[in-house]
Formats: sequence, structure tokens, C-alpha cells
Amino acid sequence: MKKKLLSAVLSTAMVAALITGCGSNANTQTSAPADTTAPADTTAPADTTAPADNTGAEAEAEAPSGDLIKVGIINNDPNESGYRTANDNDLKATFTAENGYDASFAYSLKNAEQIEAAQKFIQDEVDYLLLSAADVSGWDSVLQDAQDAGIRVILFDRTIDADESLYEASIVSDMAQEGQTAVDWLAGQGLDEYNIIHLQGVMGSAAQIGRSGALDDMVDANDNWNIVNQQTAEWNAETAQQIVQSVIDSGEEFNVIYAENDDMAKGAVAALDNANISHGVGGDVIIMGFDCNSWALQELLDQNWNYDGQCNPFQSAYIDDIIQTIENGGTIDEKTIIMVEKGFDAETITADDVANYGI
Amino acid sequence: MSKNEVKKSTGSNILSGLLRNQICIPLAALLLLALFNLIMDPTFFRISLGHNSLGNPVLTGFLITILDNGSELAILAIGMTLVTAASGGQDISVGAATAIAGSVLLRVLCGGNSRPETLQAPIIVAFLVSCVVAMLFGAFNGALVAYFKIQPMIATLILYTAGRSIAAWINNNELPIVSDRTFTYFGSFIPGIPIPTPFFIAVVCIIIITLVMKFTNLKLYVQSVGINDSSSRLNGLNPELIKVLSFVILGLCVAVVGLIKVSRISSINYSVIAKDIEMDAILAVALGGNALSGGKFNMAASVLGAYVIQFLTQTLYKYKVPSDALPAYKAIVVILLVVISAPTVREFVSGQWKKLKVKEVG
Repeated sequence: MKKKLLSAVLSTAMVAALITGCGSNANTQTSAPADTTAPADTTAPADTTAPADNTGAEAEAEAPSGDLIKVGIINNDPNESGYRTANDNDLKATFTAENGYDASFAYSLKNAEQIEAAQKFIQDEVDYLLLSAADVSGWDSVLQDAQDAGIRVILFDRTIDADESLYEASIVSDMAQEGQTAVDWLAGQGLDEYNIIHLQGVMGSAAQIGRSGALDDMVDANDNWNIVNQQTAEWNAETAQQIVQSVIDSGEEFNVIYAENDDMAKGAVAALDNANISHGVGGDVIIMGFDCNSWALQELLDQNWNYDGQCNPFQSAYIDDIIQTIENGGTIDEKTIIMVEKGFDAETITADDVANYGI
Repeated sequence: MSKNEVKKSTGSNILSGLLRNQICIPLAALLLLALFNLIMDPTFFRISLGHNSLGNPVLTGFLITILDNGSELAILAIGMTLVTAASGGQDISVGAATAIAGSVLLRVLCGGNSRPETLQAPIIVAFLVSCVVAMLFGAFNGALVAYFKIQPMIATLILYTAGRSIAAWINNNELPIVSDRTFTYFGSFIPGIPIPTPFFIAVVCIIIITLVMKFTNLKLYVQSVGINDSSSRLNGLNPELIKVLSFVILGLCVAVVGLIKVSRISSINYSVIAKDIEMDAILAVALGGNALSGGKFNMAASVLGAYVIQFLTQTLYKYKVPSDALPAYKAIVVILLVVISAPTVREFVSGQWKKLKVKEVG
């Protein structure tokens, strides 16, 4: 009896732990960084909603700076990845009361919950709806509702299958361009022969397709570019280590490791260290990674790696620009805005870069 | 497979004994793989002594890599064998539980700061804490299975789904990095010793479980509960306790694996650490010829099975089979082995063998 009681208590405790563990993932939480009512008193509250319907800018031009622009931000769960955490922090840092915004956030990895959050924001009469959709489809009707209510929609990070007229702009990364930048950098190294171990991400993911494509084209086009081994390590450091270890064990020559994320590059380097193969600047093997984690940029700064390609999570500056343009009566020419994404070279990287671009 | 085995030897008593012993299944698989590699490329077996970038002597070669990377699987196979034997089901949450154990370990080591200059706690303390946590989660799984009579796969599905989120939550979703070099010893080499440490850890685990099985009634009790839990209750055993105990032991194995995995990269990635390792661990048990429906088991066969799986993985890497196709190859091996070890097939083979023997005599 005692034992049964104990086990019941134990399992209840565990279940409680599970619930708290998951709770933070799928919650729709709203936070008001500033008291929304205070600034509304100063002038006519109508001004805050005015820009929605009104393309003319006269009203806003006169609007005092104390007036907050109300934005509803729907994002994926910040726990999803380091990229997402950086993305969320960036948005939170930009859309503050000091910068003239009254921002509410909603997080979910599920499309249905995101749509619900969007409907709530429409009822709350936000001025702008910023959206990183979990899924590409299912957004038409809710975005139509937003448009009817005079709410402007800006997509970031992910595109959706909906008519372009339903949103103002879409700010995205171009994964193929990231791959191209990296391959161009590698070509610029001027090696006589490129013997590459290519560690791919999870097959079929947008990042994998984009980052593999450029390298595959280059290898097909040039005789002195060879793939020693091309395998998916599924973003996993350990698997990458095993794959590189097996190439070392079989005694094949290679001088480049092209890993499609930082974790896999790290695993590859661990295998090289065990075999006493030098890497990085001045070493025998060139190490390339992606995503610009701050620890990875630190490896670049320490000259252990050679290159790291950025996958830019900092969309908020672009979004801010667009909102300011619209608020000032300008128009957005390009619906799809592709962010500038850098590639860092170990020979030119500075400590400031690590601080500014590391995620 | 086993027929080849049999033809080589001469004494027919030893033969039938060997055939009946379930360790012949992973052994035959191992020989077959070794033979394949010997024919295709004998350099597979080359081992050379080199130095790593710190100047310490290290052995390298495919066989060493197999011993290195197969060790986690071997340790998990120990716990999984007990769980399988006692409960007649498998724990599919070991990968997620490894993430939790690793996360707890790093949390204690780093003390909430994701980039500590020095360790905030001795490694042994962090390891013991992670052991306790992993054993608690094991007890949770075990309680669901033993007291609430939930199918083990369904019961452990809870942790399988939630475990990686819990792991991320423990460290506030930060990715701590340990800079202390002694921490890397568990996943690579101790200076001066050219054999990978994970192999030593696996050997220690194997010795401990062997001693436990030799000097306690654990094996007997687990087997009797697995074969028939109501009759073992009538004989004065407590089947629920034995089942929970088997899950707790698996929890301990998970904590050890967590230590090795985290030490390998001095960091953690919650979504990919020990990914799909549960399937390999179950496969090791099956490859060892143990009935997945519980009951009798052979620990040595499971451990050997684990190394055979790593041998297979390494062989596939060597021949550059795309690693997303690896599971498909493993699946083929599983089907073959499960069919071979099925009672009907084994009866048929031994029946044929007897007929052959009768003819020889007559």
C-alpha cells in the first residue's frame, strides 16, 4: 500500500514536471512591455488605428512620437533552436516602447494555434501583424480578415502560400545564396585540388537543399573539385565525427570539410584532433560551417576554423524599416526582401563580429 | 549463417550445443561482417598507433572506432535486456532520457552559466546527480508499467515525446559549453592511454552487471517475472518491484551514456543527442537472440549484439552508403535475424540437422 502511494505521488510529480516542461512551448503568452493606456491619453487614440486604412500620411506625420504603434508578433517557439532564440531576442529588443512600439508576442509551432493567435490580434485591433508561420498553408482567410480590418501583415523568416496582395512584405533568407557565398569563398582560396568531405543536414530541409546545391554544381563543373564523401549527419555532431573518422580510418586524402551547420563542423574537428590532422588557418584541412553560433565564431577567431556562413535571424531591423516607410507614407516596392547574409573568414573576423553576429 | 558455423567444427555435441546457445546468432553475424570486410578490403582491420593533436598516443583504425562508438550502445543494451526480460516490452525513451541526463550533468557542471571558465562542481558530483535524475525517470517509467499495467512502449512514449523539451528546459534552452579539458576524457582518450575511454567504461559496466548477476538473484528473478509474473508472485516474488528495478537499472545505464555523449562534444544539442539510439538498443537485444516478449535472456549476447550493430554501421560508412539509407540496411539485417531466431525456423533447422545426423549414422 505504502509503495503504491509512493509510486502514485512519484508519478504525479513527474507528470507535473512534464506539464511545466511543455507548458512553455505551446503557450500563447502576451506581454505588454509598456503601459498601453498612458500614451493613448495624450492625443486622440484614433491616430493609432488610422495608418491601417489610410495610405495618406498626413495624419501620421503629425502624430506625436509618444504614440505607440501596436504590433502583434506571431513566432515559432523560441526553444526550437539557437536561431529562433536569437530571432526572438532580436524582435523583443527592437519592438520596445522606447522605439515607439507596443508589441504583443504569441508563440507556437502549430499552425492552428498561430491562426488562433492571429485572430486574437485582429480583435485587439493591432496596427501590424508580424508573422513567422509554422506551416505554409491555411492562412488565406485569416489574412483576408486582417486586411478587412485594416491591419497590415508583414511576413518574416518564412513564406506562405497566399496571395501577395494579402501582405505588405516578406523578409526571408535565401539558403541557396548562403551556399553560393560559401562556395565562392572556397573557390577564392585557390587550392590546386579540392577534396571535400561534405556533411549534409537532414535531407530535404530548406537549409540542406540550399547549402548542398551550390557545392554540387561546383563539383560537377570543375575537374579539380572532388567529393571524398558526401553524407548526411542530420545536423548531429557525433554522427559527423563518425563519418569523418571513417574517412580518416580508410586513409583517403581530403583538404576541405564543408559542414552545413556548426555542430557538424565541431564533430568533424573532434575527429581531426584525434588523428592529429591540422585544421584552420595555416592547417591542412579547411573547416567550413554555417549558422554563426557565437562559439563557432570564436573558433574562427582562434583560427581553428576557416569560414562560417550566416543564416541571419535579425529581421527586426528590416521590419522596422518597412513599418517606418509605411508610417511615413512611402510604398514598399519589393514584396520579397532577401536579407543580406555574410560569410565570415577566419583571417578577417574581429572580436566585434563575434559579439554582433554570434547567435 | 549458422550452418556454415556448424560445418566448420567437428564434434557434433559441441555443434548442437553451439547452435542452441543464443550467442551464436550475434557471433555468426559478426563473423559474416568480418568476412565481408576481409574480402572487400583487408585494410579495414588495420590498427595504427598515432598521436592526437595534444601529442598523446592514440590507436586509430576502424576496429578502434567500433569499440569506441559501440560502447554507448553496449551499455544501453545491458539495461534494455533487463527491461525486455522483466516487462516483455521495450523502453523507447532512452534517447530522450539521455538528453535529460546530459542536460542535468551540464547544468550542475556549469551552474546555470552557459560559458563557465571553470567547473562549478566536481564532475563526480554532477554525474551522481544525473544518475539520480535518470533513475527517477526510470522509476517513473517502471511505475507506469508495473503498477498501472501500461504497455511499456506506450508508457515510455510519454518521456519519448516530452524528454527533449524537458532537457532543454533544464538548461533554459541554452547550450552550455564546458571548456575544462578533463571533462573530455570520458568521451575520448585519457592522456597516455591509447584506447578510447568509452570502451573502458563499457567494460566496467559489463563487469559490474556480471558480478551482480553472479552474486545476487537478479537474473533468476527477472527471468521468472518475465516468464510468468503471477506464478512468480505465488512463489513469493514481488513482480512490480522487479519491473521497476529493471527500469531503474536502465536509468543508471542512461546516465552513464549521457556522460559519454556529452563529454564527446563538451556540449549538448537537445534535439539530436542520442537520436534514435533506442531503436539500436532494442535491435541489440533482438540481435542477441533474446525474446522481445520477455523471459530468458543472455546478457553477453546482447552486448555482443550492440558491437555488431556498430560494426555494421561502420562498414556502411566505409562503403559510403548514404547515412540516410543506413536505417534501411539495418532494417534488412533485423528482418533476417528476427526470422532466423524465430522458434519455428530454429526448430526447422535443428530438425533438419537431426535428420542429417541420423543419415550419417545409418
